[in-house]
Amino acid sequence: MIEETDTVSTTPYGNPPRQGLYDPTYEHDACGVGFVVDIKGRKSHTVIQQALTVLKNLLHRGACGSEPNTGDGAGVLIQMPHVFLARECGQIGITLPAPGHYGAGLVFLPTDPSQTAKCQAIFEEIILEEGQTLLGWRDVPTDDSPIGPSARAAKPVFKQIFIGRNPAILDDRTFEQKLYIIRKQVEHVVYRSTLPQRTLFYIPSLSSNTLVYKGMLIGDQIEATFPDITDPAVESALALVHQRFSTNTFPSWPLAHPYRYMAHNGEINTLRGNINWMRAREALCESELLPDLKRIFPIVLEGGSDSAIFDNVLEFLVMGGRPLPHAILMMIPEAWSGHESMGEERKAFYEYHGCLMEPWDGPASIAFTDGTVIGAVLDRNGLRPSRYYVTKDGMVVMASEVGVLDIPPENVLIKERLHPGRIFLVDTAQGRIIDDAELKHAFAAEHPYQEWLQQHLVPLEELPAPPHVHEPDHETVLQRQQLFGYTHEDLRLLLAPMALKGEEPVGSMGNDASLAVLSDRPRLLYDYFQQLFAQVTNPPLDAIREELVTQMATTIGPERNLLKPEPESCRQIKLKTPVLDNEELARIRYVDLPGFRSITLPMLFSVAEGGSGLDQALQELCRKASQAIADGYTFLILSDRGVCKELAPIPALLATAGVHHHLVREGTRTRVGLIIESGEPREVHHAALLIGYGAGAINPYLAFETLDDMIHEGLLPGLDHKKAVKHYIKALNKGVLKVISKMGISTIQSYRGAQIFEAIGLNKAFVDRCFTWTASRIGGIGIDVVAEEVILRHRRAFPERPVGQPELEWGGEYQWRRDGEHHLFNPETISKLQYSTRTGQYTIFKEYAEMINDHNTNLCTLRGLFDLKCGDQPIPLEEVEPVESILKRFATGAMSYGSISQEAHETLAIAMNRLGARSNTGEGGEDSARFTPDSNGDWRRSAIKQVASGRFGVTSEYLTNATDIQIKMAQGSKPGEGGQLPGAKVYPWIAKVRHSTPGVGLISPPPHHDIYSIEDLKQLIHDLKNSNPTARIHVKLVAEVGVGTIAAGVAKAFSDVVLISGHDGGTGASPLGSIKHAGLPWELGLAETQQVLVMNKLRDRIVVQVDGQMKTGRDVVIAALLGAEEYGFSTAPLVVMGCIMMRVCHLNTCPVGVATQDPELRKNFTGKPEYVENFFRFIAREVRELMAQLGFRTMDDMIGRMDRLEMRKAIEHWKARGLDYSSILYCPEMGAEVAIRKVQDQNHGLEQSLDMTTLVPRCLPALERREPVSLHLPIRNVNRTVGTILGYEVTRRYGGEGLPDDMIRIRFTGAAGQSFGAFIPRGITLILEGDANDYLGKGLSGGKIIAFPSREATFVPEENILVGNVVLYGATKGEVYLRGIAGERFAVRNSGAHAVVEGVGDHGCEYMTGGRVVVIGGTGRNFAAGMSGGVAYVLDETGDFKNRCNLSMVDIEPLSADEDIEEVQELLRRHLRYTGSTVADRLLRNWQATEAKFVKVIAKDYKRAMKALKRAEAEGISWEQAVMAGAHG
Amino acid sequence: MGKPTGFIEFKREKQPYRPVEERTQDWRQVMLPWPTETLKRQGARCMDCGVPFCHRGCPLGNIIPDWNDLVYRDRWRDAIERLHATNNFPEFTGTACPAPCEGSCVLGINDDPVTIKAIELAIVEHAFEAGWIRPEPPTVRTGKKVAVIGSGPAGLAAAQQLNRAGHWVTVFERADRIGGLLRYGIPEFKLEKRVLDRRLDQLQKEEIQFRANANVGVNVPVEELRREFDAILLAGGATTPRDLKIPGRELRGIHFAMEYLTLQNQRCQGDVIPDEAFITANGKRVVIIGGGDTGADCLGTAHRHGALSVHQFELLPRPPDTRAAENPWPQWPVIFRTSSAHEEGGIREFSVATTSFSGENGQVTKLHAHRVEITAENGRMSFKPILGTEFEMEVDLVLLAMGFLGPDRNGLLDELGVKLTERGNVWRDENWMTSVPGVFTAGDMQRGQSLIVWAIAEGRSAAHGIDRHLMGSSNLPAPLP
Repeated sequence: MIEETDTVSTTPYGNPPRQGLYDPTYEHDACGVGFVVDIKGRKSHTVIQQALTVLKNLLHRGACGSEPNTGDGAGVLIQMPHVFLARECGQIGITLPAPGHYGAGLVFLPTDPSQTAKCQAIFEEIILEEGQTLLGWRDVPTDDSPIGPSARAAKPVFKQIFIGRNPAILDDRTFEQKLYIIRKQVEHVVYRSTLPQRTLFYIPSLSSNTLVYKGMLIGDQIEATFPDITDPAVESALALVHQRFSTNTFPSWPLAHPYRYMAHNGEINTLRGNINWMRAREALCESELLPDLKRIFPIVLEGGSDSAIFDNVLEFLVMGGRPLPHAILMMIPEAWSGHESMGEERKAFYEYHGCLMEPWDGPASIAFTDGTVIGAVLDRNGLRPSRYYVTKDGMVVMASEVGVLDIPPENVLIKERLHPGRIFLVDTAQGRIIDDAELKHAFAAEHPYQEWLQQHLVPLEELPAPPHVHEPDHETVLQRQQLFGYTHEDLRLLLAPMALKGEEPVGSMGNDASLAVLSDRPRLLYDYFQQLFAQVTNPPLDAIREELVTQMATTIGPERNLLKPEPESCRQIKLKTPVLDNEELARIRYVDLPGFRSITLPMLFSVAEGGSGLDQALQELCRKASQAIADGYTFLILSDRGVCKELAPIPALLATAGVHHHLVREGTRTRVGLIIESGEPREVHHAALLIGYGAGAINPYLAFETLDDMIHEGLLPGLDHKKAVKHYIKALNKGVLKVISKMGISTIQSYRGAQIFEAIGLNKAFVDRCFTWTASRIGGIGIDVVAEEVILRHRRAFPERPVGQPELEWGGEYQWRRDGEHHLFNPETISKLQYSTRTGQYTIFKEYAEMINDHNTNLCTLRGLFDLKCGDQPIPLEEVEPVESILKRFATGAMSYGSISQEAHETLAIAMNRLGARSNTGEGGEDSARFTPDSNGDWRRSAIKQVASGRFGVTSEYLTNATDIQIKMAQGSKPGEGGQLPGAKVYPWIAKVRHSTPGVGLISPPPHHDIYSIEDLKQLIHDLKNSNPTARIHVKLVAEVGVGTIAAGVAKAFSDVVLISGHDGGTGASPLGSIKHAGLPWELGLAETQQVLVMNKLRDRIVVQVDGQMKTGRDVVIAALLGAEEYGFSTAPLVVMGCIMMRVCHLNTCPVGVATQDPELRKNFTGKPEYVENFFRFIAREVRELMAQLGFRTMDDMIGRMDRLEMRKAIEHWKARGLDYSSILYCPEMGAEVAIRKVQDQNHGLEQSLDMTTLVPRCLPALERREPVSLHLPIRNVNRTVGTILGYEVTRRYGGEGLPDDMIRIRFTGAAGQSFGAFIPRGITLILEGDANDYLGKGLSGGKIIAFPSREATFVPEENILVGNVVLYGATKGEVYLRGIAGERFAVRNSGAHAVVEGVGDHGCEYMTGGRVVVIGGTGRNFAAGMSGGVAYVLDETGDFKNRCNLSMVDIEPLSADEDIEEVQELLRRHLRYTGSTVADRLLRNWQATEAKFVKVIAKDYKRAMKALKRAEAEGISWEQAVMAGAHG
Repeated sequence: MGKPTGFIEFKREKQPYRPVEERTQDWRQVMLPWPTETLKRQGARCMDCGVPFCHRGCPLGNIIPDWNDLVYRDRWRDAIERLHATNNFPEFTGTACPAPCEGSCVLGINDDPVTIKAIELAIVEHAFEAGWIRPEPPTVRTGKKVAVIGSGPAGLAAAQQLNRAGHWVTVFERADRIGGLLRYGIPEFKLEKRVLDRRLDQLQKEEIQFRANANVGVNVPVEELRREFDAILLAGGATTPRDLKIPGRELRGIHFAMEYLTLQNQRCQGDVIPDEAFITANGKRVVIIGGGDTGADCLGTAHRHGALSVHQFELLPRPPDTRAAENPWPQWPVIFRTSSAHEEGGIREFSVATTSFSGENGQVTKLHAHRVEITAENGRMSFKPILGTEFEMEVDLVLLAMGFLGPDRNGLLDELGVKLTERGNVWRDENWMTSVPGVFTAGDMQRGQSLIVWAIAEGRSAAHGIDRHLMGSSNLPAPLP
């Protein structure tokens, strides 16, 4: 028989093993998904053909790697094609029994015949063991000629297996479960074997109902690869298809979708936690349906993608007896807790199931089927498009886009979309569509969930009052603060603002302090962890403006059998927040109710025993935890109260993660709630880490006592203890919510144990033991040094010989202090840098550079520990390429005009343009006056135009005037977060370039609302390339684990440049926690990017740029050797211009006029372009000198030469000596033909676009001679970004003004692809008869778009969906008229366009800052969230609009003023004229009734500004002055 | 921080002084206290910098932004704690420090710096008045004994630090009173001796022993100290004055500044000194040679003596009124400064080299000098006479205030046999220990002539070194490496 290997070390999924910084765990995918179904269950071959057509029309949502014919994966799931299989089997001597009496499945097998045979033998043996019959194997005909070499090389052998049902099995369901048990066992045996080719083995499906064909294909290769599928005898009533876009191109056949029950477009952000919880739950699972469950464990096959793992669990739940839709609702519940109109019955259903399982959180459009029902569900926030048609002849076509199948308009019955959190189901057995409400009601009514909850789920506040509550102990507060490492800064900069304002404090100018592992000071264990965040493959969410999808409330307590729901399954305690005050903790500690028992375990170790003492204490704690569970305790309180001269605290994070993982491994974790009572946690980051590593609740008691102390000392004026604690807990909650939302996670329950962190500076053994599965890639300290750090603090608190008054340490993390943390920018380096660049003295610059580069005395950054391997081949300096050509590779970072002053912004631009280098607009637009050079030859234009989530000032003109266009996915100082510019800072000149109103606040959302996935990014890259075909497109990412795979995805999405930013950069305002604790140093991100791009053979087509606290030529050389071609600088040039790191950019009080808009302070600006030029020349000189030493003649020669770097030897530092850079310096072994730098351009394929082939040539009369042009053309969904290149051609010639209105009129018929009419300027009018996908009118810059359903359609336009999500995102000017309903986030961030629409989805007019929107139909929830300007007029027919409107920033008023009425009427008249809208007609006819139903939604900020405007008119002062006076209050 | 926009709203105000005509009639301190409200406003000007250059500019590492803010917020008790954490004697530095912190204040880039020194003084005065400054004797005694030689700011700071670490400390002073330059160097009108006594009182109550008239190596045998103490700190200052060896130097009426200032300080403290032993400027034409602070002290003293005229000569040219290009912020601004003494009168002459004195009956009557220009050759500065600028001047009293050349080598240092540096100062290692094991040094004695603030910083640092030497480790702060 087959030998077993020790562990499941290999997986079937075929990714390369972990190497260098690459780790297959961090791959992502997203894609296009769709299905076709005959509602009545009539089988036909046509259904399959149609589904494959759908797939072909979704090709652009997938991706190819370095080979154009190797796709990321595609597949189809159909009903068992019995007729066909019976025929085929008959030919090879297999007689198939009746349908349902056999199971079949495609099997991927090793290519080596003997190994194939072994796998087959295993299969057969297990079939026998399970009492079923092997009917036979069929060789599946395949043709691999169309597929690419990589896919071909990884291709397995295909066979179909047929298993006969034991007649003793009477029902279909039991047989299906049997097949499942067989499959799981076969998988486990094969993967644990030593067969060399075991990773080729995979069973896409094994069922009596469904059959899957899939592989590493492009959608149009399926038919050729599997000719079976083209046989007319293959019939099905339903077909599910999927086209994959993965972030890398490693050959993997199994990772194609569909899986056994589902296909997925999206991403599960909480995957690691979900896997761990699932693992932990297994021990409690029992089922009569699935006897002897141990055989099939583990449920989750590690190494799969999130979708594969989701499928594993979904399948388990279904096999365990839950109907498929029910299982789906458990895993992807809609946002229920804050829902204003959801019924109690349904809420109870969700709340109850929340006690069984945490949500699998993330953007998801999941299509699922068991062969009888087929349906789809959308995540709670609606972050994926899913549109469907129901036809009159009984078909449903659902897909990520409309227009994927040609359906005559007159045959369409309904056009709909999936709404956030909604489910949609077709039951072919019943022959009907079951809608969301009916389905959910059916499940919710199945059990008396409300009753169960009432009986068993106990709200914390209803627990009996405790007999004892801990009171603050002033005598020992200071001592314990010292013990837990409190500093004055903690009090002054963190706790005080949290208590006073209930918010996490804000800071500026990034982080230039030492990494924890390089710091001389003892640091808290928390400091060794960095928060991960969403970028590109999933969106961060906006926990403030989209709060309705978030949930901080959770339950804590024992779980029960997942497969057997009972009333007691919800016997838990309900918490409003995971942060408990002392009284709340005491309630749990002293709980005395049936089913609840608490025990407090000391989290302490003996100081005298040092490192081993800590180690033993941790083991002891784990042992005690296990014992307590065995004794029936349901709440474990780990507590470090009781510290004293002899006992030091086990770091709370260590204890939490250690015990959590111990219990997960032991299979007992879900039997208890874990509560941490510790003096250590105080910041948001601490709370996030404790929860992220498994804590159910935390009680930061010393923080409370500190607040109390601060009140006594008068440091918190106006607060009493209760209020201070309340504010502080609120701040922690808000902060934690922000941390989780950065990762796109919306519920704290899902975040618990999700481990969304990367460690820097912890060694592998330590991480594997206590923080299992956490990335930690450069080694570092272990438990002994952790103990040493605790003991150092302990010694300070309990000195053997006290000297003078005990004092807290200063800190020096946030502000430089002499005895505090080391900062690279300190008084010496700042003054030397300024002096050298002002006076042009290179020798002084070298002194500066040496101070930065010298890491002998002060370790600070990872790069500091590199040594350059100069070798013995230095070359004369003259042979090195000149300074001038090196300068071309330099850029300044994205700093908006608004964050820095006009003087500073323009000085940078002038300097960079003089050098032939590039400055960056930042997110804030650019005054068009800067687009033309000044008379003295200086050019104030920024070469790089940034496009960020707020899209401020992103117009056709702005984009046309770009050399490079940069998409900011994340920024170093606060990756995953948005920004806010308060009204008082929106000075008139800022408002002008941002196309907004002076004095009115502006919000940049955390995500780009047109990028929720990698294929969306691909679309935006395409849009921007269309908006200016000459510009390079950048994608800016921030370093974190997995950024390399994201960069590979970015390369496949046709970006020209990928920018890897370090976590430490950043000049603007950010929460202190984000500045310090999110993202990674660029050294890691860059090296990973280089490695993964090279491994994927994608490095050749993309430029890699890097930035983040770059300060010297040595930094540049290290970046080049690690693989970067271009280099960005931000902080240093600011310092050169006079910045002295005041770190008050957020306060507008910059005393040197750099980061302020205050006209008085701006006068203090003394920077000159010459200084900046000096700086960059000095950098280039230093680079040249180092190149000469290294023996490189050109920069190109140096790029990616990691072999010329080594880690400094013999590091004596007590912490740094454990570091190991080998993974950073790893060079993937590829052939010499694989490029390690960019050598060719991306193929953007613009020449095939409708614009290039048709629109531009046919509009030449208008473009060249300003003659009217009118066209009529068909359009399909594959025609994306239509009109944008034409718009560029207009703007290029006629500037921001464009052409006269309607000079170009183009009428289309059909379904338009995404981004229809993006950025079109004035003069272009696009008329669409049919429907459209997402992003219609994105960035509209003066053009006009009119859309209405086909004239042949018989459905009611205002009741059907016409256009997709995120229409008019960032529009600045123009008009849009839509006769029909639009999807979610209509007119998001609109700042000037006028629109009329007949209904919108959720989050309409979100973040809007200007323009007019008229909605004459239904509105979804959360209308006007974050809206600070413009006006929306909403027809409120049902009178309940205010329930769905987010009133935090807007007022709802009746339509009263004459000018309002006139405006609405005029827009309706146009709407009627352009679209023929019957609604508009009716409203205008009955104006009196209409007027009463209209409401006006207006931003409070905006209203105030408008009022000021009126006052200004009356008083004769400049209205801008009046507005600003109002804003400054 | 208290007021982010304070620096925009408030301007720097000038420290109030008593009127010239009033203050030159007595010896009392010239400075007046500031009203609390003014101080709070001035504290609000502090910008709470991300990189507080002042904190670096201060040798003690005073956490200046913190206590500026505390003053702004009326939190005086916290302020003195924060201040005392880095500075044993804020009243000395608050009075007599030239305030390098203000020279590097970030606000000084384009505005007047924060009045750090005045705030420092106010904090400590407030604390004394409120009775918050009390003896803090150690809770644990180590049993180790340390001798501190010299009772200037370095010695006193070291003594207090070492005592707090639990060692028994004895301070030896060769003069008749404790205090060193604080006592006899700085005139009463700049630092009233009651301020010194107030602090000494605290030190004494902390159980530090003081032995005045104890000149180690002269009337106290070095061996005795070596025998009785576990460690010795040399903090005897740089007391050798720079002389002007030109013709006529031997004439009567030519004195070192320190002789002149000491005598007056003794009188101020009530010592009876006969007129013939006293040096007075009363009715005399006085020339002070040396343009520094000591010269200014002589100037103020001479006016109070009722001098007929006072000239102060400086060899270097007159500094510019604002920073020169080669003297950028945050360097110490070399600019023309007017001290309180200068306000009181006198004539300052720059670029003057005195070439000889002449006199009658052994008493100086004339000073001969010429103007010089500064030249730099091979990086070395020299002063070249300008032809035709020779002049002479009638003079009755000449005071030499040209700085100090280092410690007095006779007696103690010779006897101990400590190694000296090229400049003649006492050599030390990184632990502040001299070449003789167990013997340490701090202050001007090892540094050469310097500021009070450096002396205190050195005393604190040396205390750390001694504590570590005695105990193996030390929790005492060490502001200097």
